[in-house]
Amino acid sequence: MRTLDAAAFSMHLVDYRAGDLKQVPTRNGFGEGLIEAGSRNLNVLGICADLSESTRFEGFRKAHPRQYIEIGVSEQMLVAMAGGLAAVGKVPWIASYAMFNPGRSWEQVRTIMALNETNVKIAGAHAGVSVGPDGATHQAIEDIAIMRVIPHMLVVVPCDAVQTKKATLALSEAWGPTYLRFGREKSAVITTEQTPFEIGKAQTFREGRDVAIVACGILVYNALIAADRLAREDGIECRVVNNHTIKPMDEAAILDAARACAAIVTVEEHQQHGGMGSRVAEILAAYHPTPMEFVGVNDRFGQSGDPAELIEHYGMGVGAIEQAVRRAYRRKTA
Amino acid sequence: MQTLTPETLKALRLKANDVRQGIIRSLLAAGSGHSAGPLDMSDVFTALYGYLMRHDPSRPDWPDRDRLLLSCGHIAPVRYSAMANFGYFPIDELLTLRKFGSRLQGHPERVSLPAVETTSGPLGEGLAQGVGMALGAKMDGKDFRVWVVTSDAEHQCGLHWEAVLTGAKFKLDNLTAVVDRNFIQIDGSTEDVMPLEPLIDKYRAFNWEVLECDGNDIEAFVETAQRATRCTDRPQVIVARTVPGKGVSFMEGDYTWHGKPPNAQQADEALRELAAERESIAACAP
Repeated sequence: MRTLDAAAFSMHLVDYRAGDLKQVPTRNGFGEGLIEAGSRNLNVLGICADLSESTRFEGFRKAHPRQYIEIGVSEQMLVAMAGGLAAVGKVPWIASYAMFNPGRSWEQVRTIMALNETNVKIAGAHAGVSVGPDGATHQAIEDIAIMRVIPHMLVVVPCDAVQTKKATLALSEAWGPTYLRFGREKSAVITTEQTPFEIGKAQTFREGRDVAIVACGILVYNALIAADRLAREDGIECRVVNNHTIKPMDEAAILDAARACAAIVTVEEHQQHGGMGSRVAEILAAYHPTPMEFVGVNDRFGQSGDPAELIEHYGMGVGAIEQAVRRAYRRKTA
Repeated sequence: MQTLTPETLKALRLKANDVRQGIIRSLLAAGSGHSAGPLDMSDVFTALYGYLMRHDPSRPDWPDRDRLLLSCGHIAPVRYSAMANFGYFPIDELLTLRKFGSRLQGHPERVSLPAVETTSGPLGEGLAQGVGMALGAKMDGKDFRVWVVTSDAEHQCGLHWEAVLTGAKFKLDNLTAVVDRNFIQIDGSTEDVMPLEPLIDKYRAFNWEVLECDGNDIEAFVETAQRATRCTDRPQVIVARTVPGKGVSFMEGDYTWHGKPPNAQQADEALRELAAERESIAACAP
């Protein structure tokens, strides 16, 4: 077995090449983080719209019953009421499926959270096509776009359950309107308790100078696996960046990757239009035009299926990332 | 509970007249904005700022102040005029309404003017935020009251009823909503556009304490609001029947004044009428 490279060591990554990785849903990280946040600060609240188990509010409810509020199926109410609670000093976390909050509640998010500058935190659960059998109605793949376009909004998409817990804690202490996105399905845990996490600071998980793969969410793992295969099969060495903060994006890290590698591939479980990759493209177009390929859903809706099957079908599997890297590399060297 | 003395009532009536004059002047200066709603809610806002609410214009961030939320943000001119007339900012500032750089945005923004408590304009959202504030007060053992002024037409918004459900669930007796029941909206009568009646029965069915009064009678409104706030087990709603455009004869009852300002000639005429009304109030024995 090959050893992890220097970048990965400095990040304290799990040896993701070893196989047999722990598989934990990112939503579990949210649940654990929120319990701890609620202990650290009694003003931290959890407000639930009838999805306590699946958003992982359940543990918070048991640990902090006086900080837990249940309001039933009413996602616009979730945002508006949280705005009122924040106005009197609370730190409300509101959780539903990302499709419904911020999907259904977008105007309240814009007016009450952002324009009105309130300290409301949205946990968008069940994001991406990896929701699986529930189908397209429940698969939020437009949420990054509609949130990153709003002024003042902080948008974070952690790469695994351990990082989701850290992000939940960090965002509970950072003031401002916030969107934290995570998924339903079990996914590989690649970071450890020691892996640093800082809002707005992208992380280089693998070093390489041929192509930079800039990824977020659970697909960071796919990006790492693709990078290893490319090194083995094609001799292409990829830098892999975990770009967990979509807004404000770490522009320095993006530009550094573009200068070092001169070709970029973005990877996200989201529509290609308007998502994380679009923001990367905006930065590159303005400061350092660079050949770029996008891995994400290409202007389609999802459907029912197994999560892994859907990730493959919609072009976000390891093979699709490899192909995108080869295309980017050819454009760079052409 | 205090009773309203004749002297205080007379002072409030004079103040309501000042508020109406401020509305006309600011709308004329702005050249756009809503006339009917602000005029018909002048008596309610005067009663709230002048008598019913615990507040201090010199300390808009006082943590224990009563909160007043204006859900129907488009009638902002009445709130701005009332705030100016009760000492929150200079009356002359009303002439900056809707202008570039003004704190008096076309629809209220808390970040510009913190004492408006929240940013409003998109309808149906005020009561929901009021529910959050009232619940927050209860969680912290605070005794301030949350007042929410709503239009009647925003009862066509689903979110408003989510808030009505939630207020009842948490028995928010520190929450009082006031409905500006003037029966008009942009496209016509509320009962033609999307009927709301029987509005009172709807609130009763949602387990709210329901009171009704003439919203253009300060004495009646104060008495009704005092009765409402004695309720100790549920949120209250006061359905305040108002005459749109109240105080300016050619605007009264005419829905076409919902969303437009007076021109210079109309403003002159309105101010003349209001000045005459002021004289007659002043001439009456308290």
